[in-house]
Amino acid sequence: MFGKPSRTGRVLQYLALAGYLIFLGFPLIWLLSTAFKPPRELVRLHPTLIPSDPTVQNFVQAFTEQELGRAALNSLQVSLASAVLTVLVAMPASYALARFRSKLGTAALGWVLLSQLFPFVLLIIPIFLVLRQVGLANTHAGLVLIYVVWALPFALWMLQGFVRNIPRELEEAASVDGASRVQVLRRVVFPLLAPGLVATALFSFISAWNEFFFALVLIKTPELATLPVALARFVGIEGTARLGPLAAGSLLATLPSLIFFAFMQRRLSSGSLAGAVKG
Amino acid sequence: MTTLAERPDVERPGPARRPNRFRSDRTAIYLLLLPSLLPILVLSVFPLLRGIYLGFTDARAGRNVEVSFTGLANYRELLGDELFWNSFKIGLLWAVGVTVLQFLLALGLALLLNQQLRFRGVARVLAVVPWAMPPVVVGILWKLVYHPDAGLLNEFFHRIGADGLRTNWLGDFSTALPAVILVGVWAGMPQTTVVLLAGLQGVGRELHEAAAVDGASTWHRFRHVTLPALAPVIVAITSLDFIWNFNSFGLVYVLTAGGPGGKTMLPMLFAYEEAFRYGNYGYAAALGNVMVVLIVALLAVYLRRRLREAN
Repeated sequence: MFGKPSRTGRVLQYLALAGYLIFLGFPLIWLLSTAFKPPRELVRLHPTLIPSDPTVQNFVQAFTEQELGRAALNSLQVSLASAVLTVLVAMPASYALARFRSKLGTAALGWVLLSQLFPFVLLIIPIFLVLRQVGLANTHAGLVLIYVVWALPFALWMLQGFVRNIPRELEEAASVDGASRVQVLRRVVFPLLAPGLVATALFSFISAWNEFFFALVLIKTPELATLPVALARFVGIEGTARLGPLAAGSLLATLPSLIFFAFMQRRLSSGSLAGAVKG
Repeated sequence: MTTLAERPDVERPGPARRPNRFRSDRTAIYLLLLPSLLPILVLSVFPLLRGIYLGFTDARAGRNVEVSFTGLANYRELLGDELFWNSFKIGLLWAVGVTVLQFLLALGLALLLNQQLRFRGVARVLAVVPWAMPPVVVGILWKLVYHPDAGLLNEFFHRIGADGLRTNWLGDFSTALPAVILVGVWAGMPQTTVVLLAGLQGVGRELHEAAAVDGASTWHRFRHVTLPALAPVIVAITSLDFIWNFNSFGLVYVLTAGGPGGKTMLPMLFAYEEAFRYGNYGYAAALGNVMVVLIVALLAVYLRRRLREAN
């Protein structure tokens, strides 16, 4: 972009890149290293970057003693339910949005942008009151409901992009050949939409898996806490030796999103998602 | 963000291309849309409107508490609430600081990643990882880095012989807010970088080459070719970043929970405490309303200035 830079220019560029790599990378290395350090090393006066005596004990401890195992299971349940429900609910609507001229598509997108503007505190109190009224406050079902609604606008927008990528001519050809509307949907649209459904489900899964604020406010029983809330509680417990299991739990909590991003990156580069998630 | 403009299918006219059964069949459409629209209305639009309304009432926690409309009483109280002003100043410092630093650093990284450099692949992967982390985990990660005894940062200062710089980063009155802002930058930089990089790849090569032939320096080409072409992307992403940063919660909740002594008490944390520690629902909602109004006002000023510059 800058043509051929001078030698000093190149050197400066590499120095800058090194700076970025250190800033971005070292905190991650530190998390990894802490997760594999035995308690002895954690309380050492001068910690080292690389654990001298690595152990997986922290992972075992995080998931047995510290109740992070149960929290991970809770998170898994809630996130899976949110993902499945989001896709089921969004599928028909996104088809309608993509195939029929309607102002609602613009409205859905507008709502995605507008809802970013409002702080959660405005939403959370009425939601809390509504859920309490119907007996769903402090339950996983209530949390799933909120997550689905929260993921829906973006999921609709994403999924209708996938529907648009399916040539309308395919559907028309099938119906000319005598297929009923239901058959067209089942035999033509559904199989072609599968990657989009997976991507939407993953998106919904991850936003539920990472979500903290609603889970913090809505779930009061410690046994029902999701992983981010359990991890945040764990932070409050003082003691340097506990940092190991905390780091181990944090690493495991990151895995699903990392897998999601790897998946999305491949999809993005293959172009099949190009119309759905830009920016 | 670019998708806004691209909706070729919707506008495609020509009834000849569509058999009759595909033409808008209103009841069918509404049946298809209902399962999505109903939950959004009940659990997103309605709560939002009710939340805005609550800001004008004296609603409090507890069952069977009578709620009465109090008009602007909450806002009068906010005006005189020193804690609120304090939190608000911190919120602005945080949101502006994080957004500006995030943008500058992301622009630098995007420009570097747009070059033929070695280690570009590593940098690209690293640049995305923080984006994939749950905010709570980012908070924990940096708590480990800032840890006074077992932290990477203090150990680094020890190794380079600068023990005088060792401090309790998140616990010290003077370092807590800058330390937290740095974490905000780290967490938000990836998304901004990716967006800017996508924008850079859309800047025409021919323009650059023409400018280079005309003898324009690197800086001139950046200033007069790259920046103007990138301007719409920059305005969009910085606006969004600002909104996200102003409304962020989980990160700072884990890092400092607003401490020490309220030095990092962002408005969202303040509102959370008001609502769920003290049960002042009405007051907290009023705070939320003020935040929305201020964000919109600040964005309006920012966008108007950018627009004027563009003309």
